[in-house]
Amino acid sequence: MTRLLPLHLSGATVRRRGKRLLGPVDLKLDAGRLTVLLGPNGSGKTTLLRVMHGVERLSEGRISWAGPDDIVERDQAFVFQTPIMLRRSVLANLAYPLKLAGVGRASRNEQARDWAQRIGLGCALDTPAPRLSGGERQKLALARALIRKPQVLFLDEPCASLDGAATRDIEDLLRQARSDGITILMATHDMGQARRLADDVIFMVSGAVHERGDAQTTLSSPETTALRAFLNGDILP
Amino acid sequence: MNDITQGLAEAARLVVTRDPDLVNISLLSLRVTLTALVIASAIAIPLGTMLAIQRFRFRRTVIAVLNALMGLPPVVVGLVVYVLLSRAGPLGVLGLLFTPAAMIIAQVIIITPLIASVTHQAMRDLWAEYHDLLISMNTTKAQRIATLMWDGRRTLLTATLAGFGRAIGEVGAIMIVGGNIDNATRVLTTAIALETGKGNFALALGLGFVLIGLAIVVNLAIHALSRTEREGRW
Repeated sequence: MTRLLPLHLSGATVRRRGKRLLGPVDLKLDAGRLTVLLGPNGSGKTTLLRVMHGVERLSEGRISWAGPDDIVERDQAFVFQTPIMLRRSVLANLAYPLKLAGVGRASRNEQARDWAQRIGLGCALDTPAPRLSGGERQKLALARALIRKPQVLFLDEPCASLDGAATRDIEDLLRQARSDGITILMATHDMGQARRLADDVIFMVSGAVHERGDAQTTLSSPETTALRAFLNGDILP
Repeated sequence: MNDITQGLAEAARLVVTRDPDLVNISLLSLRVTLTALVIASAIAIPLGTMLAIQRFRFRRTVIAVLNALMGLPPVVVGLVVYVLLSRAGPLGVLGLLFTPAAMIIAQVIIITPLIASVTHQAMRDLWAEYHDLLISMNTTKAQRIATLMWDGRRTLLTATLAGFGRAIGEVGAIMIVGGNIDNATRVLTTAIALETGKGNFALALGLGFVLIGLAIVVNLAIHALSRTEREGRW
């Protein structure tokens, strides 16, 4: 299998209407790690994820993957903070990425049924996806992202506004994905979640990477005052 | 009031006795309208969807023109088609004037902007909802259009039915290009106009009620076939 990673960002900057939303960011993302993006609202976490995934264009700088463009486009997936459901059944939502990839109907329905069972929606195959609860929708969105076995998965606060049980289900799926070798980059405000899941942490302030390192060290002994304040729950300027 | 009662009675008599003239003109009405609807939908639905997702220069102008064309005066359309298809016109060699084909052409021109405009508005909202997902899934333009058309099919049905409603009730253009020739190009609306002109109000009203009944039956049939109410819950 052609490897996508490492991913290099150099001088990555995003400006909209004269305002700098991100950067300049220099970053290297290695394979097989679950990296958590931390930072206050407006720190550029979502923009950084969208830039890496390719749904947001850079104003300046470069982003380069180790793999060729067609593999880059095919082998990564994104889960949004508010899950976007196709106006179709649970089964059809799960099968959709496989249909785009040209997988035959029997095979894609079999895989979709298998994933529906794994996320506890095996009895709701024909239910219209927009009618699911928030937690179920987010699980479905995550399963839909994972069904094509991407090498890299981006998640933008996937557990925001979910209750404990739904958050636990999502985290179980993410642990399983990591053990399957999928590289994960996730933005979150939930410090508990960061401590439970992260291998690495990137802390962002005002569109720039302020501190980064392995999760255990960075979260227990932060180097910067800003991260210390953030971890203490102080409100950053 | 008396005319309306007589009209209802006349409509009932025509339907119960399966009046051969009524059957002929009803079938021709349906044939012309449904053919025009299929052709117009095949043009307008992909066009409206494409306008919703594609960004290009003068896009807003194209949309504004399309919206303006929804109000095309049928008589003017009929006149233009007449000039084009008349013996001296550029398409005169086709010999289509005063045939059902000419009526279909006129109806296609009238209802295509209507269907395209309603499609565009519906697809624009759906595209706003799906945009990030379909971009993140690296879909091709054709896949985006197909996905929007499939998931928005119930709204598209409404657009199509609006086109059907406009076409089945159209009289000005098809009177000009069809000529209202008995057993050839006479349809329900032109027959109503003719009978009204002759002062035969009961028959005209009777035909009018048949026309309304036909429109309702076709709408119900399309809704039933597409299972709108059953699956429309999402």
